[in-house]
Amino acid sequence: MSINCDIAFTLNGVKREITVPAAMTALEMLRERLGLTGTKYGCGEGECGACTILVDGATVNSCLMFAVDCDGRDLVTVEGVVTRPAGERLRDAFVAHGAVQCGFCTPGLVVQASHLIVRDHAGNEAAIRRGIEGNLCRCTGYRKIIEAIAAAADAATQGAEHGSR
Amino acid sequence: MAGIERYVAPTTLEEAAGILRTGNVTVLAGGTDLMPQTHAGRLQFQPVLMNVRRVPELSGIANQGTVVRIGALVTITELLESALVHERLNLLWQACDHFASDQIRNAATIGGNVCNASPAGDTLIPLLALNARAVLAAKPNGTLQLRRVPLTEFFLGPGRSCRAPPELLTAVEVPLPPAGFAGEFYKHGTRPGLDIAAISIAFGARRDGQLLRDVRLAFGAVAPTPVRAPRTEAALEGQPLDAAKLEAAAGIALEEVQPISDLRASDWYRRELIHNMLKRVITHVHQL
Repeated sequence: MSINCDIAFTLNGVKREITVPAAMTALEMLRERLGLTGTKYGCGEGECGACTILVDGATVNSCLMFAVDCDGRDLVTVEGVVTRPAGERLRDAFVAHGAVQCGFCTPGLVVQASHLIVRDHAGNEAAIRRGIEGNLCRCTGYRKIIEAIAAAADAATQGAEHGSR
Repeated sequence: MAGIERYVAPTTLEEAAGILRTGNVTVLAGGTDLMPQTHAGRLQFQPVLMNVRRVPELSGIANQGTVVRIGALVTITELLESALVHERLNLLWQACDHFASDQIRNAATIGGNVCNASPAGDTLIPLLALNARAVLAAKPNGTLQLRRVPLTEFFLGPGRSCRAPPELLTAVEVPLPPAGFAGEFYKHGTRPGLDIAAISIAFGARRDGQLLRDVRLAFGAVAPTPVRAPRTEAALEGQPLDAAKLEAAAGIALEEVQPISDLRASDWYRRELIHNMLKRVITHVHQL
C-alpha cells in the first residue's frame, strides 16, 4: 500500500479536505471516497473520456490524474457543470435531441462539451467533432450528440448577446 | 506492487534536484503516461513520488533570441495556443495538433513526452528535426548544475534515455530555424489523434529558388528510438527537386530505418508508408 497524504482542494465550488493514498486516481477518489458517481470509469487509460472533469478550467481524464495532484486546485465534475448556464443548456439539448442512449458516455461528453462552448471551440461541426475526439460513445450515437452540442453552443451565443452567459 | 513511501511536491528547482539526489524517485508531471504504465505493471513506483508541477522554473515558453526555451511542464495545449510556436516552430505545432485528445493535451507535458522516450512520441519527431536539445539539471555536490544534450544523443532505446536518475529535465531548447524554413508533420494512425503512430515523419526545408536548403528529416516508430535520416537529408541538400531525386531520396530513407512488426503495423507496411508518404511530404514542402 501507498502512504496516505492529506490534500485540500475546491470541488464544485466547495472547499474539501481528504486523506488519500499517493497512488490513487482522482477518479477513484471522486467516486469511491466522495460519492460523486456522475463521473464514470470507462477504460481507465485515457481513451474513452467517460471520466472527464474540469481541473483549473481545463478538461482532463480523471483516471489519468493522481488524487494527490488535486491538492490546491479547482475541480468541477458533471454534478457542478450542470448547475452552470452552459451545463443547463447542454442537459436540455441532450434531452431534446435524443443524444442519450445508454447514457454511460453522457457525463464525460457534457463536461467536455461545456469546456468547448466556454472556450468558443464549438462554432461548427468540424470543431465539435475535433473537440470530442477523446470521448467514445459505444452506442455510436454521435450524430445526435453533435447536434445537441451545436444547439447548446447556439443557445450560449444567443445568451451571450443578451448578456446572460 | 511496491508502495509509495513518500510523496513530495517541491516548489523550487533546487529543492527538486536535492530530492532526486537522494535516489529512488519517480517523477510525476502530467501523469498521462505514468498512470497507465504503473497500472499495467510496465513500470514500478519508486519509494518516493515527486510531483514537479509546482516547480516554477519548469514552466513557460520564451524566445531567447536564437533559441526558444520550452519549459518541461509546458502542456501540449499551451504549445498549440502559443503564437511563437505556431509561427516559428510550426513543425512542432503540427505534431501537437495530432497529439491524443483535448483532455490529454490539457494535462500532458512536453517534458513527459521527451522523458518517456517512446520511439513513436509525437513531439519527439519534430523536435529532432528542429535540432532541439534537452536541458538536464542535477545537484551532485550541493550546487545546481545544468547540462545540455542534443536530442539526437538523448534517446537510447524504447523508454530509455541518457537522463541519469539524479537528473531532472528542466526544458527543451529549440534553435529558431532560418527564415523561410517550412515543414510538414505526417502521422499515420487509424484515429486522427488518439492513436499511437504506426509511422510518423517530420520534414522541413527552405526553398532557395528551385533548390532545397537546410533539409531536416526525422522519423518516428521505425527504429528503437526516434531517428534523424542524415543520408536522405544529404541527398536532397542543395538540390533541385525532380521525380528522380524524390524517388532516390525515398530509397535512401528506407536504408535509414529498421521498422519492426507489431500490433499497429507490419515492417513491410511501415516501409511502404515511409517510401510513399515521404515523397508526398517532401513534395508538399517543396510547393509551399
